Amino acid sequence: MSVTLVNVTKIFTDHDDKNKEFTAVDNVNIEIKEGEMVTFLGPSGCGKTTTLRIISGFEQQTKGDVYIDGELVNDLPANKRNSSMVFQSYAIFPHLTVAGNIGFGLELKGMKKAEIQVEVDKIMQTMGLSALGSRQPSQLSGGQQQRVALARAIVNKPRVLLFDEPLSNLDAKLRDQMRTEIRRIQQTFGITSIYVTHDQAEAMTVSDRIMVMDKGIIQQLGTPFEIYSRPTNHFVADFIGRANFFSGTVTKLDTEVTLLVNKKEYTFSSFNKDVKKGKSGTIVIRPEGLRITDPSPDAFYNGKVSHAVYLGATMEYEIQVKGKIEPIVAISYNPVLEGFHKVGDEVGISFDSVSAHVIC
Amino acid sequence: MNATYISGKWHGLKKLSKDPLLLGIIILLLLSLLLFIIYPLWKVCVVSFQVDGHFSFKNFTDVMTYSNGYYLKALWNSLWMGVATASIGTFIAYIFAYSLTRANIPGRKFFNLIATIPIISPPFIGALAVIMLFGRNGFISSTVLGMDNANAYGPKGLLFAQVLTFFPVAYITLRGVLESISPTLEDAAMDLGGNRFTIFMKVTLPLSIPGIASSALVLFVESLADFGNPLVLAGAQFPILSVQAYLEITGMGNFAKGAALAFILLVPSVSAYVLQKYWVSKKQYVTVTGKPTQSSNNVVSKKARWMLFVVCCLIAFIVILIYASIVWGAFAKSWGNSNELTLQNFVYVFRVGFESVLDTLTIAGLSTPIAGVLGMVIAFLVVRKKFMGRKFMEFSSMLSFAVPGTVVGIGYILAFNHAPFYLTGTLAILLINFIFRYLPVGVQGGVAVLNQIDPSIEEAAVDLGADSNKTFRKVTLPLMIPAFFSSLIYSFVRSMTAISAAIFLVSARWKLMTVQIMSQVESGRIGAAAAFSLILVAIILVAMFVIKTFLRLKYHTNSSILAH
Repeated sequence: MSVTLVNVTKIFTDHDDKNKEFTAVDNVNIEIKEGEMVTFLGPSGCGKTTTLRIISGFEQQTKGDVYIDGELVNDLPANKRNSSMVFQSYAIFPHLTVAGNIGFGLELKGMKKAEIQVEVDKIMQTMGLSALGSRQPSQLSGGQQQRVALARAIVNKPRVLLFDEPLSNLDAKLRDQMRTEIRRIQQTFGITSIYVTHDQAEAMTVSDRIMVMDKGIIQQLGTPFEIYSRPTNHFVADFIGRANFFSGTVTKLDTEVTLLVNKKEYTFSSFNKDVKKGKSGTIVIRPEGLRITDPSPDAFYNGKVSHAVYLGATMEYEIQVKGKIEPIVAISYNPVLEGFHKVGDEVGISFDSVSAHVIC
Repeated sequence: MNATYISGKWHGLKKLSKDPLLLGIIILLLLSLLLFIIYPLWKVCVVSFQVDGHFSFKNFTDVMTYSNGYYLKALWNSLWMGVATASIGTFIAYIFAYSLTRANIPGRKFFNLIATIPIISPPFIGALAVIMLFGRNGFISSTVLGMDNANAYGPKGLLFAQVLTFFPVAYITLRGVLESISPTLEDAAMDLGGNRFTIFMKVTLPLSIPGIASSALVLFVESLADFGNPLVLAGAQFPILSVQAYLEITGMGNFAKGAALAFILLVPSVSAYVLQKYWVSKKQYVTVTGKPTQSSNNVVSKKARWMLFVVCCLIAFIVILIYASIVWGAFAKSWGNSNELTLQNFVYVFRVGFESVLDTLTIAGLSTPIAGVLGMVIAFLVVRKKFMGRKFMEFSSMLSFAVPGTVVGIGYILAFNHAPFYLTGTLAILLINFIFRYLPVGVQGGVAVLNQIDPSIEEAAVDLGADSNKTFRKVTLPLMIPAFFSSLIYSFVRSMTAISAAIFLVSARWKLMTVQIMSQVESGRIGAAAAFSLILVAIILVAMFVIKTFLRLKYHTNSSILAH
């Protein structure tokens, strides 16, 4: 089942001052294909949760249309949309047992008790909850509650499954485990899913595509690879992982782009469409794309190590370059082989052009 | 502005129009609150500010100059009695609450029980006991001390009765406040080198100041509104406003003057309430706590602990003395003269007052569940729904906390004594009065519970296909059950013990036990009054026991949601 948003906009009005308005979601267009898992990613207040709540029917958009499976659902209340949400707080009914929680939606549909039992048992088995059917929610661990919330959503065979930051209440280890499991279950059942998170690692793990949002506007929509390696702007590059930015002037533009940076010219094959000849451009290079060498006049930049952190598997450096305010961040993935540098060492920095991407 | 832009309120209304049942309930509730809470108060204002159909202050100038300022004296008496009751009551309550939460004194459960008993008793039990202990034939004044001309009437007796009646209200608030102050703060202060007295003065007391202020204001309002105790004890030498307003209406039939007195009574009550609700209660400190921590609980020295224990024993002794005297008086042949035990008081009560027992049970039994359900529904609407008039619904449904019963009673007579709302003398007027008077407890309890329920729990139900009706029935209501039943208990107790507003509304057809007890006291039949009071308290205890047992049996598997 597909989900389509056309020009969806949400404006909130201040309770006390009717003239104060806040645009939470600004003209969002997206088409989510059947069986696809799309993540809405962005900092808090970017409009991702509001967009999700518009799809679920908990918020009414100020403007624009929402289609689920081709059907216009603007006027359909939340309880008739046949979408199922997994809430951040899990929202397990505290007065019902685990089985009672999972069977709640089926009961509302008027399904017979015996049939509900069969369906509930089946899903509990899939989710590893079989022994917990008669437990009270207060007797469950965080991970188990999370599973119950997911089982309760899936058992209804919803047209679309909605996740509202479902893992933010779990500890780090369980979070890693659950995100893999959520992806596995989503693929097993093939349910079209939308997943809201502010955690980029989570987004990378679970998604077919990621929609990066900021200030209510879509910043980029693409596969995890595109989002990380081909960011469309400074915000996306900075928000997803860490990035070094080097600005220069575009001197040549055809199938490749050439930039003048630090008095030298460099050519790149990966660049954004809005890059223009004669205008300024910015090279984005991830820390793992930089190599640390001995200082040399041929180096991209020369600088001094201002910070060095040994993390076991990797070594992280910050390198201060004359005239550049932000230090350059570089990661060495095999420090034993590549050699260690101390704070205060003079070093050179170089890169392969394939590790870089040019934005405007 | 965009054409398709819909503002929040209109959107709310548009959403409601899709849910006609909900819309209907909201409109019906708003109309009822308007008619049965606001309209009677409006009538009090109109009548008190009107002479021959024109706006005038004449009623007030008349009242203030009446009989060399007799009513001015009543106002002064009421105010200082309020201040005195609030100060002494809060002080005693704080000692009690501090001893029970901090000092680790022996017998805490017992003391807690002692402090809550007066809450389930009719408000004039204190007055009755004062007469029985300190009056002309009083047990202490006459039998123990051998005085033959003791006078329990007047300010001292009234103050004693009011403090005794109302300190439990402050105790419950202050216990909550002190419990919410983490003992680790005191441990931290001690760790930083403070001695126990410094810790109390610099940490515990400052943190409880908002709670103390809040309780004192509540006691002030309660004292001003009190009717039972002053009716018995105040006497003509020491006029009290609420009683004078009552006498002006029922004794002299002067509605304009009565309304003016009621209005004068209303002003300080509502001011104190507004101060408490919108200012003091917002100052409450919230202690930020991480994981619950173990406290060493040694903030009180051994000497201080025993001192507090003795004080608590003394207070408990007085409370027990009061109730013992009521019990004894109920079985004594003639209080103060002949202490021979007899059942004749009960026989008398059943002969003359059985009808009022049935009436009271009928009225309380009918109004309590209605008030409980309405309270939950209003709490739900106020917390969870957006609609025009939401603020009004919240404010008006809570207003009865602030308005003295006497004022409500006078308002009801003024409003429902003639067409189009002619209700005087009917069962309906008593029922309606009780329902709307004891609504706030349910609303307050319901609001508190709902604020604790994560809204996403209800959203989850909607998401799974439930409409608003089913969501309320299958999810919200079950979660509100504990609040519902505790509001039931409270409004039942209040309905059984109500007098200040109800005394205006009783008729030959519909009688109330409290009013009957009052008339027994007034005609000097202390024994009968005591027996009657005892029956009243017994009925309340049985009802509480039944409700609590029912809850335990029906929801025993769900003890977690009943824990608080």
